[in-house]
Amino acid sequence: MVQGVRIKDHWKEQRLFERRALVAGALILALTLTLIGRLYVLQVMRHDYYMELSQGNGVRTEPIPAARGLILDRNGNLLAGNQPAYQLELVPEEVPDLNASLQGLVKLGLIDADAVDELRRMIRSRRPFDSVPVRLRMSDEDVARFAVRRFEFPGLDIKTRQTRFYPEGALAVHALGYVGAISEPDLQHIDRAAYSGTALIGKLGVESAYEKQLHGGNGYREILVNALGRSVQRQGALMPDLRTHAPAAGDDLVLSLDLKVQQVAEKALGDHRGAVVALNPRNGDVFALASRPGFDPSLFARGITNSEYAALTDNIDKPLLNRALRGAYPSGSTIKPVVALAGLTYHVLNPDKVEFCAGVYHLPGSTRLFREGKGGHHGHVALQDAIAKSCDVYFYGLAATLGVNRIAAFLAPFGYGSVTGIDISGEKPGLLPTPEWKKLAFKRPADQVWFPGETINFGVGQGYLLVTPLQLAHVASVIAGRGTNFRPRLVIGLRDANGTVKPIAPIAGKTVEGVSDADWDRVINGMVGAAAYGTAHASFKGLAYSVAGKTGTAQVFTVAQNAKYDEKTVEERLRDHAWFIAFAPVEAPRIAVAVLVENGGFGASAAAPIAREVMDAFLLDADGKLKDVSQAP
Amino acid sequence: MYEEVTSGSRTRRTLTGTARMLAALKLDGALLIGLGLVAVYGLVVLYSASGQSLATIIRAGAHLGMGAVAMLLLAQVNPNFLRRSSPWLYLLGVVLLLVVDGIGYIGKGAQRWLDLGVLRFQPSEVMKLAVPMMCAWFLHDRALPPRVSSLAVLTVLIFVPVGLVALQPDLGTAALIAIAGGLVIVMAGLKVRIMAALAALGAIAGWFGWAFMHDYQKKRVLTFFDPNTDRLGAGYHIIQSQIAIGSGGVFGKGWMHGSQAQLQFLPERSTDFIFAVIGEEFGLLGLALLLLLYAFVVARALYLAMQTQDTFARLLGGSLALTFFVYVFINAGMVSGLLPVVGVPLPLVSYGGSSMVTLLAGFGILMSLYSHRKLMGS
Repeated sequence: MVQGVRIKDHWKEQRLFERRALVAGALILALTLTLIGRLYVLQVMRHDYYMELSQGNGVRTEPIPAARGLILDRNGNLLAGNQPAYQLELVPEEVPDLNASLQGLVKLGLIDADAVDELRRMIRSRRPFDSVPVRLRMSDEDVARFAVRRFEFPGLDIKTRQTRFYPEGALAVHALGYVGAISEPDLQHIDRAAYSGTALIGKLGVESAYEKQLHGGNGYREILVNALGRSVQRQGALMPDLRTHAPAAGDDLVLSLDLKVQQVAEKALGDHRGAVVALNPRNGDVFALASRPGFDPSLFARGITNSEYAALTDNIDKPLLNRALRGAYPSGSTIKPVVALAGLTYHVLNPDKVEFCAGVYHLPGSTRLFREGKGGHHGHVALQDAIAKSCDVYFYGLAATLGVNRIAAFLAPFGYGSVTGIDISGEKPGLLPTPEWKKLAFKRPADQVWFPGETINFGVGQGYLLVTPLQLAHVASVIAGRGTNFRPRLVIGLRDANGTVKPIAPIAGKTVEGVSDADWDRVINGMVGAAAYGTAHASFKGLAYSVAGKTGTAQVFTVAQNAKYDEKTVEERLRDHAWFIAFAPVEAPRIAVAVLVENGGFGASAAAPIAREVMDAFLLDADGKLKDVSQAP
Repeated sequence: MYEEVTSGSRTRRTLTGTARMLAALKLDGALLIGLGLVAVYGLVVLYSASGQSLATIIRAGAHLGMGAVAMLLLAQVNPNFLRRSSPWLYLLGVVLLLVVDGIGYIGKGAQRWLDLGVLRFQPSEVMKLAVPMMCAWFLHDRALPPRVSSLAVLTVLIFVPVGLVALQPDLGTAALIAIAGGLVIVMAGLKVRIMAALAALGAIAGWFGWAFMHDYQKKRVLTFFDPNTDRLGAGYHIIQSQIAIGSGGVFGKGWMHGSQAQLQFLPERSTDFIFAVIGEEFGLLGLALLLLLYAFVVARALYLAMQTQDTFARLLGGSLALTFFVYVFINAGMVSGLLPVVGVPLPLVSYGGSSMVTLLAGFGILMSLYSHRKLMGS
């Protein structure tokens, strides 16, 4: 057994082993203490840090979207609300065969065959445990059709979600705006945290302008999630303290709109392209803001398809264009009362002096002739008849006497050339031309000169001057208030969740100064004459109240030449735009209206009847009698 | 040994009766109690760590039972027989490793298991016992401390199976096998200066070895130095386990109340990372208690090894005792972020049949070496 020269010494080897074992024991003790030291660092010194990390791990905050505020008209009628809508949702990981399920839905007619690819891609891009909507806004019929086949579709279920709905459909869509999916640009200016859990955001109109108030404050609830991010109700005995914070519902908007007046305005416009704006001259309330054609705002809330959107944008009638705020047209003769006021205020016009209208005007120092816009002649006219009968020759002379700078300076306080400041966005300022403006606006030096003939055209609202229907309604209300100026407003109050309405005070603008009461009377009398015996008298027979108005006809110079429009369409679109502005009752004005009918031809026949219907709707009761207005604003 | 049975209380009679029974079964009572306490502690933790899975507890109990049977059987075996059969066991293990590696090569994938139809087992587990046995067998007749020529032979004996396991590739187990063999040599009195030289050599070898490591292995090492480099990948384990331990504090969050473990943020919570579950739910006190139990087991095992009478028994017993501690230290060190992440289970606590059986078999051998010590050295 013994090898080599060395003899095995058992006693010595035993001692050697014992020594090593003791050293090993000491080493074990040292290493164990090292471990304990490490654990002390983790569990005592850095305990708070790790505790926080561990809490952040298992608890996720899930937003609870706040109910969007309602939109009501001035009488409490619902214009925009929230509706639970059925939608079909799919949880990817619970669907054994996605293709088969989608094909099955196509067969049931719940989804389009050509939407399947897109849908599949969308579903694949989501987390497998997230519920993905595959069909929004299902009808009761759709729900029933799915329900009987439910067992064939594991992982699919019908969920109820709140969506926006507009009980009046397209009515007042250009005032209300609409809600649509939150877009990339939207994300730039919103607090993303406040919108987590919300799919829709206001676009245009009051839905957009009062987005902050309508949106309310999101609530949240803490939920327990496991490492896969999946929500768990309870895991073993683990029951941490989870907090819930209720959302604060958005405020309801009380609009100045009057549902009935709005309905009448839109119905009166009918199939015409055009706009109607009705204001309260005493505080700027917008009773009606109509722009036709319109569109159905719920298209956007349920997710507009590409083809639907293309149909809206490609439509020659431009239904998405808010003509009331953004349609800029020459004012036509609606400018005459204001030019007359300018003449009176600058003392260059004797209201009682009779001028002779032979249907043509010679600009002094020029060979150029300016004719009556509609041809014909008015014979002997003083100021009142010149307004009532809309005599161009009378105003050609007045404009020449005043000069462009005085006209422009006088027009500006009425709001020409600047936005009215209505409480929704997108308003266009129109254009108030001056020689200075022309110098800047044109490149060629020959074009930068202001010609005397342009002043003549300016005096009757043709040429460079551009106004929007909202601006003209505002002008009408300034005249009605004899210089008072209120910023038009759609929202007059905010109603909180308790039902308390917080009124919003009207905002007064700068009053038009320097016009004497007598001069206001003279011009308003001219406008009364227009309705009583002048250009618009046919539309105001049998009136239960007094009205002052003015027709206007804006010349159309060009039309987009496009081969796909037939000749008849082009011919129709070359017709003049028809204007009518009015206010009533004259003694104590309560409503001021501007009506524009694109290519309506003469203002008196196309626009004035619409204005009358709107004023009737506002001022008369069901029996055709003037409403008792002692209580009204 | 003569015991006075007739005198004393009933309790004492029961105790002495138990002692006699244990002696007859060739088992060591103190070690058995230590192991039992660790195992019961393990089952309690495992119930929570497995997400309250009774099935897991039953299977773990079965593993424990199998291990106990292996321990009991091996305790009866005469150490001389164990010693004589060491080379054959070693050879069998090497052959099985070759077979497993061969199957893995053909199957083009990591292969550790040998499926015998009724029973699947890892030959590398056998090697955890066979390599120290082989080393102890080799040194049994030789004068200690071993000479350089013996060391050369031992190096080959250790690195053939270690290399085969590393090829599987299972670096963790390979390292454990090398450590088990190496500890035999250290306990045999390997000169300190040779150990120092080997350590230097190992450092150089490690530097070269880096070049041959798989990417995932490199990643583990890198992650050890900075877990935040790969928060959701390799670093995820270590970050989550430190959160679990750290958030447990001194007293822990309570049994089945550890959010890291219960919500599955902690990966491999019932196997390699169960140490973190204890830390989270029972706190520093729970871990200290566990380490105390382990220290007791190791101390008792070392004591038993010291009591044996021949070289084979001493060296093998010493290696088994120290290897057990190495398992504990590597696992605890890795889970608490002191060591890189290697796949080493926490002995007797981590869920897993192979390691449970191997460990208890090792203790069975140790008990055999101790309880048959009078028969040896002849």
